[in-house]
Amino acid sequence: MIPFDYRRPDDIGTAVATVTGNPRAAFLGGGTNLVDHMKLGVAEPELLVDVTGLTSRDIERLPDGGLRVGAGVRNSDLAADPLVRERFPVLAQALLSGASGQLRNLATTGGNLLQRTRCVYFQDVTTPCNKREPGQGCSALEGYHRHHAVLGASRQCVAVHPSDLAVALAALDAVVRVQGPGGERTIPAETLHRLPGEHPERDTVLEHGELITAVDLPGLPFGPRSRYRKARDRASFAFALVSVAAALDVAGGLVRDVRIAFGGLAHKPWRARLAEDALRGRPAAPDEFRAAAEAELADAQPLRDNGFKVPMARNMLVSVLTELSAEDGAA
Amino acid sequence: MESEISLTVDGVRHDLVVDTRVSLLDALRERLGITSPKKGCDHGQCGTCTVLLDGRRATTCLALAVAHDGADITTSAGLESGGTPHPLHQAFLDHDGFQCGYCTPGQICSAAGMLDEAESGWPSAVTTDLARDPVLDAEEIRERMSGNLCRCGAYVNIVAAISEVAGRRSA
Ligand SMILES: Cc1cc2nc3c(=O)[nH]c(=O)nc-3n(C[C@H](O)[C@H](O)[C@H](O)COP(=O)(O)OP(=O)(O)OC[C@H]3O[C@@H](n4cnc5c(N)ncnc54)[C@H](O)[C@@H]3O)c2cc1C
Ligand code: SF4
Ligand code: FES
Ligand code: FES
Repeated sequence: MIPFDYRRPDDIGTAVATVTGNPRAAFLGGGTNLVDHMKLGVAEPELLVDVTGLTSRDIERLPDGGLRVGAGVRNSDLAADPLVRERFPVLAQALLSGASGQLRNLATTGGNLLQRTRCVYFQDVTTPCNKREPGQGCSALEGYHRHHAVLGASRQCVAVHPSDLAVALAALDAVVRVQGPGGERTIPAETLHRLPGEHPERDTVLEHGELITAVDLPGLPFGPRSRYRKARDRASFAFALVSVAAALDVAGGLVRDVRIAFGGLAHKPWRARLAEDALRGRPAAPDEFRAAAEAELADAQPLRDNGFKVPMARNMLVSVLTELSAEDGAA
Repeated sequence: MESEISLTVDGVRHDLVVDTRVSLLDALRERLGITSPKKGCDHGQCGTCTVLLDGRRATTCLALAVAHDGADITTSAGLESGGTPHPLHQAFLDHDGFQCGYCTPGQICSAAGMLDEAESGWPSAVTTDLARDPVLDAEEIRERMSGNLCRCGAYVNIVAAISEVAGRRSA
């Protein structure tokens, strides 16, 4: 690890100005991703600006039935929050399926969203990786790629975004509040992360120095009927092969509204708009769910060893929506 | 670059100067000689460096010491009181909850933090009803303890040890 300076500014403006003014500076949350990458030699900041004491650790109610989550809220506190559990179970379940209890006590909302989109080669500086060093080539294309993308990838990079939280937020139409040198802006969670295209080194649309201050969850009347499912190589404490976040509103046996996002399939959380559109107004029935999933996944381009993800994603979506349509209160 | 920090570990306050690169784990082990938390993977993956950090279980290998200036830390060694082992220590002994013992201090701290989390009503990934207080059956304990690996594979006895303490606490 290279030597670095550590600062804990008193206010957000100073934190943003400090990082904006130094291309080798980075914000520090719980450190569970950034410090890991510093140890591996993948990240080499010369200045860390600790924002854990600056960004809010509160979860506030919004007038529309939604919630505002401070960027400093720990993953464990967010998952345990009674209002989150009641109004957005998909969010609590997504968080609880990520990392471990002792990591979730450290990890912050902002840091979780901005953990690097990555793969094993990205974390191993002895192997070529376009995301780490643009132009080197991608070791995963012909190498180990069971965990990699089947949607929206490019020849430059086939990594997937690993955050479970981000998948739930994309499904819930969450809005990310960002403070930059020029003021505040808001970004739909669904568009925070990018597809790799020709610039795999950029994970998100944020500019250097922009600080996530909070995430707004808009009120969703059918939020209580939502869930997260994650398939992985072992029962717990592993990244997703495929995950699904879904919320379903059924009236008179028909799908009145639905929200779906997939994890583990792409360089960003994959909001399944095609499937949602296919389902609105249709019977809430497994064959409809299956057709919608197939419409969403029609453009999938699996690599040599990850073709299993396509039927896995389809089957998981069908089972989650089938369970949600059978939940109490379904009319 | 160096920074002055203070850490209270198992009730004793220590003032020290650390390089900003030093992890909380290395500050404890290498600087203060407090070897109860162990280093396994050094990357957050094994849980053997777990302590109670300001009352909550946390891995210390990915935490920077400088970022935890003023922290109050309890290690497994600090959980005993006046020579009497903590109920979790005793239960691990009674149930053979270890073989080599390397993962044990992390398991104990993690279990202690986990029991408090469950008592506060925190759900886990296997809790089916998020509105109800969780009941710590074996499945719940395994899920909640999944951040602690044991290369000796003492899992069955670890779950039995924690179950016994959880059962006594909820009784
Ligand atoms: C062993 C292990 C297993 C894991 N398993 C999972 C899993 O199954 N699912 C999952 O989702 N995650 C998993 N994770 C990842 C974990 O969730 C992240 O490391 C964590 O959420 C990052 O949060 P942090 O606060 O520690 O971020 P940090 O490491 O402090 O920061 C991460 C990045 O975000 C930036 N940053 C931090 N806060 C802000 C802010 N407010 N504004 C702008 N930028 C900011 C930092 O500069 C850095 O680039 C795992 C991690 C480990 C080590
Ligand atoms: S998939 Fe992306 S992160 Fe992985 S080696 Fe290829 S370029 Fe690097
Ligand atoms: S040494 Fe910290 S988790 Fe392995
Ligand atoms: S007892 Fe040996 S690693 Fe767990």
